[in-house]
Amino acid sequence: MSRKKDNYDSSHWLKFKKWINGDVDLLAQGMEAWMPGQETTGADHSNSSRPGNQRLEIYEAIREEELKNLPIFAKGFDKSVAHGLDFFRKAYRFMSVLLCAGIIAVLLWTVSYLPIFGNAGNPDNNEVSARYIEKGLQETGAVNIVTGMILDYRAFDTFGESCVLFIASCCVLVLLRIDAASKDETTKKRRKEAAYDRLYEPKNDIILQKCACLLVPIILIFGIYIVLNGHLSPGGGFSGGAVLGSGLILYLNAFGFKKTERFFTEKVYRRMTLCALTFYCLAKSYSFFTGANHLDSGIPLGTPGAILSSGLILPLNICVGLVVACTMYAFYTLFRKGGM
Amino acid sequence: MLQHMLLNMEETASVILFGIGFTILLLHQNLIKKIMGMNIMDTAVYLFLAAKGYINGRMVPIVVDGIQDVSAYINPVPSGLVLTGIVVSVSTTALMLALTIRLYERYGSLDLDQILLRVKEDERT
Repeated sequence: MSRKKDNYDSSHWLKFKKWINGDVDLLAQGMEAWMPGQETTGADHSNSSRPGNQRLEIYEAIREEELKNLPIFAKGFDKSVAHGLDFFRKAYRFMSVLLCAGIIAVLLWTVSYLPIFGNAGNPDNNEVSARYIEKGLQETGAVNIVTGMILDYRAFDTFGESCVLFIASCCVLVLLRIDAASKDETTKKRRKEAAYDRLYEPKNDIILQKCACLLVPIILIFGIYIVLNGHLSPGGGFSGGAVLGSGLILYLNAFGFKKTERFFTEKVYRRMTLCALTFYCLAKSYSFFTGANHLDSGIPLGTPGAILSSGLILPLNICVGLVVACTMYAFYTLFRKGGM
Repeated sequence: MLQHMLLNMEETASVILFGIGFTILLLHQNLIKKIMGMNIMDTAVYLFLAAKGYINGRMVPIVVDGIQDVSAYINPVPSGLVLTGIVVSVSTTALMLALTIRLYERYGSLDLDQILLRVKEDERT
C-alpha cells in the first residue's frame, strides 16, 4: 500500500532531490553574498546603476592605484646588494636558530634541576598557600579558594587587570576607530577602504541565523551563571565575561550591526565599563580602608555555599564580568568595522 | 638529567613550547606569524605555572564538605597567576593586532622587510 502523492512537483522530496543534483540553491533567496565574478561575466554589465557595479569600480580603482605604486618596490637592487642581502638573511636565520637552540638548552638544563612535578614538599607549596587554604573560607566567605584569593586578598591586583583590559581597549579604539561623520581626507579614504574590505561578507546567512537563535540565549545564560557562581564553583568574572562576549559576537555575526546597535552602542560601552570600574574601585577602597584601620566594614559574609554570600566578591565578579564582556565585544567590532 | 626531565615532563614540554614560540618570533617576517609566536610563548608560561601548582592526588581548591586541611587541596596561588597572565596576553595581542592593521593600511604589506623598505622610500621622498 503506497500512498499516492498528487502534487509531486511541489513536494519536499523533489526540492531535496533538485538540491542534491545542484539544480536549485535553497539558500540563494535568503543570503546576499556578492561574488566578484558575477558582475563582470553577467549579461547586465551595462546596468551600472546597480550598487554592485559601483563597488566593482571602487575595487578596480584601488587595484589600479596599487599597481601604480608597485614598481617602486619591485625594482630590485644591484646584484652586489642583493648578494649581500641574501648572505645577511642566511646568516640571520642561522644565528637565530642557534640562539633559540641555546635558549632551549639552557632552560632544559634548568628544568632538570627543578623539584619533581606534583610533589607536596616542593618549596612553592609554602605557608602562603597553606594560609589561603586554612583561613580563606572564614576570612572571605568564598567556597572557591582561588576566587577568594583573587577578589579579596589580592583584589587590588585584579583591579589592575581590569584596568589593563580597559586601557588595551582604549588603545585599540585610538588606533582603529574610523569616525563616520568626519570630513577629513585621510579618514574618508580609510572609511572607503574599510567599506571595500566588507564587500565580500555574506549577509543574512540562514544556517548561521537559525543556529544563533538556538545558541545565543544558552550561551548568554551560561555566561551569567559562570559570573554569578564565581565564588562557589570554577569560573568567575573573567571566564564568564569572555563567554558573554562570545555570545554577543555570535549574535552580531548572525544578525548584523543594525540589530546589535539597538542595545549596544559606544555610549553604552563607555558607561558600562566606567560604572563597573568605578564601583570596583570605590567598593574595594572602602573595604581596604576599614580593614587597615580595624573598623567594622559592615559587609556580611553570609553562609558559605549560598549564592548571596562572601561579601563583596559577588558584586566585584559582576563588575569584572561586565568589563570583560564589553571589552571582548569592543575588540571584535573595532577590528571588524572600526567603530561600535 | 634525562630521567629528571622525564619526571618533570610538563615543565620540559612548556620550555620546548617557549623555545618554539621564540623561534617563530625571530624567524618569520610576517607580523601575524610573529604575534602567533608570542601567543605560543604565553601558552608555554601558563603551562609552566599550572604545572608548578599541581600536587599529586589532591583536589581543586574548592572547599567541599568543610574540609580545610592543607593536605587536601592543590596550591591555589599559581592558578591566580595564570589568570593574570591570560588577561594581559589577551590585551597585548589585541594591541599588537591593531598596530599591525594600521601598519598594513599605511604600507600595504605584512612583511617586516617590505614595511621597513617602504618606510625608507617614504623618508627619501
